[in-house]
Amino acid sequence: MEISGQNQNFISARDLGVVACTRCTQVWPAGTQICDRCGSTIVARDEKSLQRVWALWLVGLMCYVPANTYPMLQTRTLLSVQEDTIVGGAVELIHHGAVGIAVIILIASVVIPLAKFMAIAFLAISVMRPSSVSSHHRQLLYEVVEYIGRWSMIDIFVVAIMSSLVQLNTLAAVNPGRASLFFALSVIFTMLSAQAFDSRMIWDAQTRQERNPRDE
Amino acid sequence: MNNPAPIPLDELIVCTHCDAVFTLRRPATGERATCARCGSVLITPRRKAGLQIIAVSLAITILIIAATVFPFLSISVAGATNSVSILAAALAFSDGPLIALSLTTAALIIFVPLARVLLTMYVLVPIVLDHPPARGATHAFRFAEKLRPWSMAEIFALGCAVALIKISDLADVSFGPAFWMFAVLVVLIVIQDNVLCRWSVWKSLDKTKTL
Repeated sequence: MEISGQNQNFISARDLGVVACTRCTQVWPAGTQICDRCGSTIVARDEKSLQRVWALWLVGLMCYVPANTYPMLQTRTLLSVQEDTIVGGAVELIHHGAVGIAVIILIASVVIPLAKFMAIAFLAISVMRPSSVSSHHRQLLYEVVEYIGRWSMIDIFVVAIMSSLVQLNTLAAVNPGRASLFFALSVIFTMLSAQAFDSRMIWDAQTRQERNPRDE
Repeated sequence: MNNPAPIPLDELIVCTHCDAVFTLRRPATGERATCARCGSVLITPRRKAGLQIIAVSLAITILIIAATVFPFLSISVAGATNSVSILAAALAFSDGPLIALSLTTAALIIFVPLARVLLTMYVLVPIVLDHPPARGATHAFRFAEKLRPWSMAEIFALGCAVALIKISDLADVSFGPAFWMFAVLVVLIVIQDNVLCRWSVWKSLDKTKTL
Protein backbone atom coordinates (compact mmCIF):
# COMPACT_ATOMS: atom_id res chain seq x y z
CA MET A 1 0.00 0.00 0.00
CA GLU A 2 2.82 2.29 0.88
CA ILE A 3 4.53 1.62 -2.37
CA SER A 4 1.48 2.37 -4.48
CA GLY A 5 1.09 5.59 -2.47
CA GLN A 6 4.59 6.66 -3.43
CA ASN A 7 3.98 5.69 -6.99
CA GLN A 8 4.43 8.70 -9.24
CA ASN A 9 2.54 6.94 -12.03
CA PHE A 10 5.40 5.72 -14.11
CA ILE A 11 4.62 5.26 -17.76
CA SER A 12 5.90 2.08 -19.30
CA ALA A 13 7.51 2.31 -22.72
CA ARG A 14 4.86 0.04 -24.18
CA ASP A 15 2.03 2.34 -23.06
CA LEU A 16 3.80 5.35 -24.56
CA GLY A 17 4.07 3.62 -27.92
CA VAL A 18 7.82 3.20 -27.89
CA VAL A 19 10.08 0.23 -27.40
CA ALA A 20 13.60 0.12 -25.99
CA CYS A 21 16.45 -2.14 -27.01
CA THR A 22 17.25 -4.27 -23.97
CA ARG A 23 20.90 -4.46 -24.99
CA CYS A 24 21.86 -0.84 -25.69
CA THR A 25 18.76 0.98 -24.30
CA GLN A 26 18.15 2.99 -27.49
CA VAL A 27 14.46 3.97 -27.80
CA TRP A 28 12.54 3.22 -31.00
CA PRO A 29 8.93 3.60 -32.16
CA ALA A 30 6.74 0.62 -31.20
CA GLY A 31 6.92 -2.21 -33.70
CA THR A 32 10.61 -1.85 -34.48
CA GLN A 33 12.05 -5.33 -34.99
CA ILE A 34 15.80 -4.84 -35.01
CA CYS A 35 17.76 -2.17 -33.16
CA ASP A 36 19.49 0.03 -35.69
CA ARG A 37 22.22 0.96 -33.22
CA CYS A 38 23.45 -2.40 -31.96
CA GLY A 39 21.65 -4.91 -34.17
CA SER A 40 19.82 -6.79 -31.39
CA THR A 41 16.33 -8.13 -31.93
CA ILE A 42 13.73 -5.99 -30.16
CA VAL A 43 10.50 -7.21 -28.64
CA ALA A 44 8.14 -5.07 -26.58
CA ARG A 45 7.41 -8.07 -24.36
CA ASP A 46 8.82 -11.47 -24.97
CA GLU A 47 5.64 -13.53 -25.25
CA LYS A 48 7.45 -16.85 -25.46
CA SER A 49 9.76 -15.88 -22.62
CA LEU A 50 7.93 -17.94 -20.00
CA GLN A 51 7.90 -21.05 -22.16
CA ARG A 52 11.65 -20.85 -22.55
CA VAL A 53 12.11 -20.16 -18.85
CA TRP A 54 10.13 -23.28 -17.92
CA ALA A 55 11.80 -25.50 -20.54
CA LEU A 56 15.32 -24.55 -19.47
CA TRP A 57 14.30 -24.71 -15.82
CA LEU A 58 13.08 -28.29 -16.28
CA VAL A 59 16.29 -29.39 -18.04
CA GLY A 60 18.32 -27.77 -15.26
CA LEU A 61 16.29 -29.60 -12.62
CA MET A 62 16.64 -32.93 -14.45
CA CYS A 63 20.41 -32.52 -14.59
CA TYR A 64 20.49 -31.66 -10.91
CA VAL A 65 19.24 -35.13 -9.89
CA PRO A 66 22.13 -37.21 -11.33
CA ALA A 67 24.48 -34.45 -10.15
CA ASN A 68 23.61 -35.47 -6.62
CA THR A 69 23.36 -39.23 -6.98
CA TYR A 70 26.55 -39.91 -8.97
CA PRO A 71 29.94 -39.42 -7.31
CA MET A 72 31.53 -36.01 -7.73
CA LEU A 73 35.06 -36.98 -6.70
CA GLN A 74 36.98 -40.22 -6.68
CA THR A 75 39.86 -40.22 -4.21
CA ARG A 76 42.41 -43.01 -4.57
CA THR A 77 45.08 -43.44 -1.92
CA LEU A 78 47.57 -46.25 -1.33
CA LEU A 79 45.08 -48.39 0.50
CA SER A 80 41.64 -47.37 -0.57
CA VAL A 81 39.42 -45.92 -3.25
CA GLN A 82 36.70 -43.59 -2.09
CA GLU A 83 33.88 -42.06 -4.09
CA ASP A 84 32.02 -39.05 -2.75
CA THR A 85 28.82 -37.38 -3.84
CA ILE A 86 28.42 -33.63 -3.27
CA VAL A 87 26.64 -34.03 0.05
CA GLY A 88 28.77 -37.04 1.03
CA GLY A 89 31.93 -35.03 0.45
CA ALA A 90 30.67 -32.21 2.63
CA VAL A 91 29.75 -34.64 5.42
CA GLU A 92 33.23 -36.13 5.14
CA LEU A 93 34.72 -32.63 5.55
CA ILE A 94 32.68 -32.05 8.70
CA HIS A 95 34.07 -35.31 10.13
CA HIS A 96 37.57 -33.99 9.42
CA GLY A 97 36.72 -30.79 11.27
CA ALA A 98 36.66 -28.46 8.26
CA VAL A 99 33.20 -27.14 9.03
CA GLY A 100 33.69 -23.78 7.27
CA ILE A 101 34.61 -25.35 3.95
CA ALA A 102 31.79 -27.87 4.25
CA VAL A 103 29.37 -24.97 4.75
CA ILE A 104 30.71 -23.14 1.65
CA ILE A 105 30.35 -26.32 -0.43
CA LEU A 106 26.86 -27.02 0.89
CA ILE A 107 25.71 -23.45 0.30
CA ALA A 108 27.22 -23.22 -3.20
CA SER A 109 26.13 -26.63 -4.44
CA VAL A 110 22.95 -27.46 -2.55
CA VAL A 111 21.31 -24.39 -1.01
CA ILE A 112 21.91 -21.94 -3.88
CA PRO A 113 20.81 -24.29 -6.69
CA LEU A 114 17.65 -25.36 -4.84
CA ALA A 115 16.82 -21.78 -3.85
CA LYS A 116 17.39 -20.76 -7.43
CA PHE A 117 14.99 -23.36 -8.81
CA MET A 118 12.34 -22.16 -6.39
CA ALA A 119 13.02 -18.46 -7.04
CA ILE A 120 12.75 -18.80 -10.82
CA ALA A 121 9.57 -20.86 -10.53
CA PHE A 122 8.09 -18.31 -8.13
CA LEU A 123 8.93 -15.40 -10.45
CA ALA A 124 7.50 -17.18 -13.49
CA ILE A 125 4.28 -17.98 -11.64
CA SER A 126 4.00 -14.53 -10.05
CA VAL A 127 3.82 -12.70 -13.39
CA MET A 128 0.86 -14.85 -14.42
CA ARG A 129 -1.31 -14.31 -11.37
CA PRO A 130 -1.63 -11.59 -8.69
CA SER A 131 1.13 -11.83 -6.16
CA SER A 132 1.31 -10.49 -2.63
CA VAL A 133 5.04 -9.87 -2.95
CA SER A 134 5.79 -6.34 -4.18
CA SER A 135 7.40 -5.75 -7.55
CA HIS A 136 10.41 -4.22 -5.83
CA HIS A 137 11.07 -7.37 -3.88
CA ARG A 138 10.57 -9.53 -6.94
CA GLN A 139 12.90 -7.35 -9.02
CA LEU A 140 15.48 -7.66 -6.24
CA LEU A 141 14.96 -11.42 -6.13
CA TYR A 142 15.50 -11.61 -9.89
CA GLU A 143 18.73 -9.62 -9.68
CA VAL A 144 20.00 -11.79 -6.84
CA VAL A 145 19.18 -14.95 -8.83
CA GLU A 146 20.98 -13.61 -11.89
CA TYR A 147 24.01 -12.55 -9.87
CA ILE A 148 24.37 -15.55 -7.61
CA GLY A 149 23.65 -18.31 -10.13
CA ARG A 150 27.16 -18.20 -11.56
CA TRP A 151 28.69 -18.88 -8.15
CA SER A 152 27.40 -22.45 -8.15
CA MET A 153 30.16 -23.23 -10.62
CA ILE A 154 32.63 -23.05 -7.74
CA ASP A 155 32.24 -26.75 -6.99
CA ILE A 156 33.20 -27.64 -10.56
CA PHE A 157 36.30 -25.49 -10.27
CA VAL A 158 37.25 -27.07 -6.95
CA VAL A 159 36.98 -30.51 -8.54
CA ALA A 160 39.05 -29.31 -11.52
CA ILE A 161 41.82 -27.90 -9.34
CA MET A 162 41.93 -30.91 -7.04
CA SER A 163 41.92 -33.52 -9.75
CA SER A 164 44.67 -31.86 -11.74
CA LEU A 165 46.81 -31.09 -8.69
CA VAL A 166 46.48 -34.31 -6.70
CA GLN A 167 48.06 -36.70 -9.20
CA LEU A 168 50.86 -38.33 -7.23
CA ASN A 169 51.13 -41.63 -9.08
CA THR A 170 50.65 -44.48 -6.63
CA LEU A 171 50.50 -42.36 -3.52
CA ALA A 172 47.24 -40.49 -4.08
CA ALA A 173 45.08 -39.40 -6.97
CA VAL A 174 41.84 -37.47 -7.21
CA ASN A 175 39.67 -37.91 -10.28
CA PRO A 176 36.45 -36.18 -11.30
CA GLY A 177 33.26 -38.24 -11.20
CA ARG A 178 30.32 -38.29 -13.55
CA ALA A 179 28.31 -35.93 -11.36
CA SER A 180 30.58 -33.04 -12.31
CA LEU A 181 29.29 -33.06 -15.89
CA PHE A 182 25.65 -33.08 -14.79
CA PHE A 183 26.25 -30.44 -12.17
CA ALA A 184 27.88 -28.10 -14.69
CA LEU A 185 24.99 -28.66 -17.12
CA SER A 186 22.47 -27.95 -14.36
CA VAL A 187 24.18 -24.65 -13.50
CA ILE A 188 24.41 -23.62 -17.15
CA PHE A 189 20.76 -24.41 -17.87
CA THR A 190 19.48 -22.55 -14.80
CA MET A 191 21.60 -19.55 -15.78
CA LEU A 192 20.04 -19.65 -19.26
CA SER A 193 16.60 -20.03 -17.68
CA ALA A 194 17.12 -16.93 -15.53
CA GLN A 195 18.40 -14.99 -18.54
CA ALA A 196 15.32 -15.97 -20.57
CA PHE A 197 13.04 -14.36 -18.00
CA ASP A 198 11.81 -10.91 -19.07
CA SER A 199 11.85 -8.87 -15.85
CA ARG A 200 9.64 -6.18 -17.38
CA MET A 201 6.72 -8.57 -16.91
CA ILE A 202 7.03 -8.18 -13.13
CA TRP A 203 6.13 -4.53 -13.48
CA ASP A 204 3.39 -5.06 -16.06
CA ALA A 205 1.46 -7.19 -13.58
CA GLN A 206 1.70 -4.42 -10.99
CA THR A 207 0.48 -1.72 -13.37
CA ARG A 208 -2.42 -3.92 -14.41
CA GLN A 209 -3.44 -4.53 -10.79
CA GLU A 210 -3.26 -0.85 -9.93
CA ARG A 211 -5.17 0.39 -12.92
CA ASN A 212 -8.06 -2.02 -13.00
CA PRO A 213 -9.74 -1.09 -9.72
CA ARG A 214 -9.25 2.62 -10.41
CA ASP A 215 -10.52 2.66 -13.96
CA GLU A 216 -13.76 0.89 -13.27
CA MET B 1 -2.40 5.43 -32.72
CA ASN B 2 -2.55 9.05 -33.80
CA ASN B 3 -0.04 11.07 -31.92
CA PRO B 4 -0.43 14.84 -32.18
CA ALA B 5 3.31 15.33 -31.87
CA PRO B 6 6.00 12.76 -32.68
CA ILE B 7 7.66 11.35 -29.60
CA PRO B 8 11.20 12.74 -29.17
CA LEU B 9 12.93 9.35 -29.08
CA ASP B 10 16.39 10.75 -28.41
CA GLU B 11 15.27 12.60 -25.30
CA LEU B 12 13.88 9.50 -23.65
CA ILE B 13 15.55 6.79 -21.68
CA VAL B 14 13.86 3.51 -20.83
CA CYS B 15 14.83 1.29 -17.93
CA THR B 16 15.51 -2.14 -19.42
CA HIS B 17 14.55 -3.88 -16.18
CA CYS B 18 11.07 -2.47 -15.60
CA ASP B 19 10.28 -0.62 -18.85
CA ALA B 20 9.62 2.76 -17.17
CA VAL B 21 10.16 5.80 -19.42
CA PHE B 22 12.00 8.91 -18.29
CA THR B 23 13.12 12.06 -20.02
CA LEU B 24 16.86 11.98 -20.40
CA ARG B 25 19.01 14.24 -18.31
CA ARG B 26 22.70 13.41 -18.54
CA PRO B 27 24.24 13.07 -15.09
CA ALA B 28 27.43 15.02 -14.39
CA THR B 29 30.71 13.12 -14.22
CA GLY B 30 30.82 11.05 -11.05
CA GLU B 31 27.04 11.09 -10.61
CA ARG B 32 24.85 8.17 -11.55
CA ALA B 33 21.39 8.07 -13.00
CA THR B 34 19.11 5.39 -11.56
CA CYS B 35 15.62 4.26 -12.43
CA ALA B 36 13.15 5.90 -10.03
CA ARG B 37 10.85 2.89 -10.15
CA CYS B 38 13.04 -0.19 -9.75
CA GLY B 39 16.36 1.40 -8.82
CA SER B 40 18.52 -0.06 -11.60
CA VAL B 41 21.57 1.99 -12.52
CA LEU B 42 21.09 3.54 -15.96
CA ILE B 43 24.10 5.81 -16.54
CA THR B 44 27.40 6.11 -14.64
CA PRO B 45 29.76 8.42 -16.49
CA ARG B 46 33.30 8.78 -15.20
CA ARG B 47 36.15 11.05 -16.09
CA LYS B 48 38.69 9.41 -18.42
CA ALA B 49 36.94 6.06 -17.92
CA GLY B 50 37.84 5.00 -21.47
CA LEU B 51 41.56 5.44 -20.97
CA GLN B 52 41.47 3.70 -17.59
CA ILE B 53 39.58 0.77 -19.01
CA ILE B 54 42.04 0.40 -21.89
CA ALA B 55 44.96 0.45 -19.46
CA VAL B 56 43.31 -2.14 -17.22
CA SER B 57 42.36 -4.28 -20.24
CA LEU B 58 45.95 -4.30 -21.45
CA ALA B 59 47.12 -5.41 -18.02
CA ILE B 60 44.45 -8.12 -17.91
CA THR B 61 45.49 -9.47 -21.33
CA ILE B 62 49.13 -9.78 -20.30
CA LEU B 63 48.22 -11.32 -16.94
CA ILE B 64 45.84 -13.88 -18.45
CA ILE B 65 48.46 -15.09 -20.91
CA ALA B 66 51.18 -15.20 -18.25
CA ALA B 67 48.98 -16.77 -15.58
CA THR B 68 47.91 -19.48 -18.00
CA VAL B 69 51.41 -20.61 -18.89
CA PHE B 70 53.35 -20.38 -15.63
CA PRO B 71 52.95 -22.99 -12.89
CA PHE B 72 50.03 -22.16 -10.66
CA LEU B 73 50.09 -24.45 -7.66
CA SER B 74 52.35 -27.28 -6.63
CA ILE B 75 51.98 -29.93 -3.95
CA SER B 76 54.33 -32.36 -2.33
CA VAL B 77 53.70 -35.39 -0.18
CA ALA B 78 56.49 -37.62 1.06
CA GLY B 79 58.84 -36.67 -1.76
CA ALA B 80 56.33 -36.92 -4.58
CA THR B 81 55.57 -33.56 -6.17
CA ASN B 82 53.22 -32.24 -8.81
CA SER B 83 52.72 -28.74 -10.16
CA VAL B 84 50.04 -27.50 -12.54
CA SER B 85 49.22 -24.44 -14.59
CA ILE B 86 45.75 -22.92 -14.81
CA LEU B 87 45.32 -24.43 -18.25
CA ALA B 88 46.08 -27.87 -16.84
CA ALA B 89 43.60 -27.30 -14.02
CA ALA B 90 40.95 -26.27 -16.50
CA LEU B 91 41.62 -29.33 -18.63
CA ALA B 92 41.47 -31.75 -15.70
CA PHE B 93 38.33 -33.45 -16.98
CA SER B 94 40.09 -34.87 -19.97
CA ASP B 95 38.95 -38.50 -20.10
CA GLY B 96 35.91 -39.71 -21.96
CA PRO B 97 32.70 -37.65 -22.06
CA LEU B 98 34.12 -35.26 -19.48
CA ILE B 99 36.24 -33.65 -22.21
CA ALA B 100 33.28 -31.36 -22.95
CA LEU B 101 33.45 -30.19 -19.38
CA SER B 102 37.18 -29.54 -19.77
CA LEU B 103 36.63 -27.28 -22.73
CA THR B 104 33.79 -25.47 -20.93
CA THR B 105 35.92 -24.87 -17.84
CA ALA B 106 38.83 -23.60 -19.93
CA ALA B 107 36.46 -21.26 -21.75
CA LEU B 108 34.85 -19.93 -18.58
CA ILE B 109 38.05 -19.09 -16.74
CA ILE B 110 40.48 -18.22 -19.56
CA PHE B 111 39.00 -17.66 -23.00
CA VAL B 112 35.79 -15.77 -22.16
CA PRO B 113 37.57 -13.20 -19.92
CA LEU B 114 40.28 -12.87 -22.57
CA ALA B 115 37.77 -12.44 -25.40
CA ARG B 116 35.89 -9.82 -23.40
CA VAL B 117 38.93 -7.61 -22.76
CA LEU B 118 40.12 -7.91 -26.36
CA LEU B 119 36.68 -6.97 -27.70
CA THR B 120 36.39 -4.09 -25.23
CA MET B 121 39.77 -2.72 -26.33
CA TYR B 122 38.81 -3.09 -29.98
CA VAL B 123 35.69 -1.00 -29.32
CA LEU B 124 37.16 1.59 -26.96
CA VAL B 125 40.55 2.43 -28.50
CA PRO B 126 39.09 4.26 -31.55
CA ILE B 127 36.54 6.05 -29.36
CA VAL B 128 39.15 7.32 -26.92
CA LEU B 129 41.40 8.46 -29.79
CA ASP B 130 38.43 10.31 -31.36
CA HIS B 131 38.56 8.15 -34.47
CA PRO B 132 35.44 6.73 -36.10
CA PRO B 133 34.48 3.39 -34.51
CA ALA B 134 36.28 0.30 -35.71
CA ARG B 135 34.54 -1.95 -38.24
CA GLY B 136 31.93 -4.08 -36.58
CA ALA B 137 32.43 -2.31 -33.26
CA THR B 138 28.73 -2.53 -32.42
CA HIS B 139 28.74 -6.29 -32.99
CA ALA B 140 31.94 -6.64 -30.98
CA PHE B 141 30.52 -4.73 -28.03
CA ARG B 142 27.21 -6.56 -28.16
CA PHE B 143 29.06 -9.88 -28.12
CA ALA B 144 31.27 -8.73 -25.23
CA GLU B 145 28.15 -7.83 -23.25
CA LYS B 146 26.55 -11.18 -24.04
CA LEU B 147 29.60 -12.97 -22.70
CA ARG B 148 29.51 -11.04 -19.46
CA PRO B 149 27.75 -13.56 -17.20
CA TRP B 150 29.98 -16.35 -18.53
CA SER B 151 33.24 -14.80 -17.40
CA MET B 152 33.99 -16.67 -14.20
CA ALA B 153 37.56 -15.85 -13.23
CA GLU B 154 36.55 -14.53 -9.83
CA ILE B 155 34.59 -17.69 -9.07
CA PHE B 156 37.61 -19.78 -10.00
CA ALA B 157 39.65 -17.71 -7.53
CA LEU B 158 37.30 -18.60 -4.67
CA GLY B 159 37.35 -22.21 -5.89
CA CYS B 160 41.13 -22.14 -5.47
CA ALA B 161 40.78 -21.07 -1.86
CA VAL B 162 38.35 -23.91 -1.15
CA ALA B 163 40.50 -26.49 -2.95
CA LEU B 164 43.62 -25.33 -1.09
CA ILE B 165 42.01 -25.84 2.29
CA LYS B 166 40.67 -29.23 1.24
CA ILE B 167 44.12 -30.36 0.10
CA SER B 168 46.18 -28.72 2.83
CA ASP B 169 45.72 -31.53 5.36
CA LEU B 170 46.51 -34.08 2.66
CA ALA B 171 49.72 -32.51 1.34
CA ASP B 172 51.94 -29.41 1.38
CA VAL B 173 50.73 -26.83 -1.10
CA SER B 174 52.88 -24.02 -2.45
CA PHE B 175 51.99 -21.19 -4.77
CA GLY B 176 53.64 -20.64 -8.14
CA PRO B 177 54.08 -17.21 -9.77
CA ALA B 178 50.85 -17.65 -11.71
CA PHE B 179 48.85 -17.80 -8.49
CA TRP B 180 49.74 -14.22 -7.58
CA MET B 181 49.20 -13.06 -11.14
CA PHE B 182 45.77 -14.60 -11.05
CA ALA B 183 44.96 -12.89 -7.74
CA VAL B 184 45.79 -9.47 -9.28
CA LEU B 185 43.90 -10.46 -12.42
CA VAL B 186 40.66 -11.07 -10.55
CA VAL B 187 40.83 -7.63 -8.90
CA LEU B 188 41.44 -5.96 -12.28
CA ILE B 189 38.56 -7.80 -13.96
CA VAL B 190 36.17 -6.68 -11.24
CA ILE B 191 37.42 -3.06 -11.52
CA GLN B 192 37.06 -3.08 -15.29
CA ASP B 193 33.55 -4.42 -15.07
CA ASN B 194 32.40 -1.75 -12.65
CA VAL B 195 34.03 1.29 -14.29
CA LEU B 196 32.55 0.66 -17.71
CA CYS B 197 29.41 2.74 -18.41
CA ARG B 198 27.56 0.83 -21.10
CA TRP B 199 25.20 3.66 -21.90
CA SER B 200 28.09 6.04 -22.68
CA VAL B 201 29.81 3.47 -24.89
CA TRP B 202 26.64 2.85 -26.91
CA LYS B 203 26.07 6.60 -27.14
CA SER B 204 29.53 7.23 -28.56
CA LEU B 205 29.22 4.32 -30.98
CA ASP B 206 25.95 5.80 -32.18
CA LYS B 207 26.97 9.46 -32.44
CA THR B 208 29.95 8.80 -34.64
CA LYS B 209 27.91 6.58 -36.91
CA THR B 210 25.28 9.19 -37.75
CA LEU B 211 27.77 12.02 -38.28
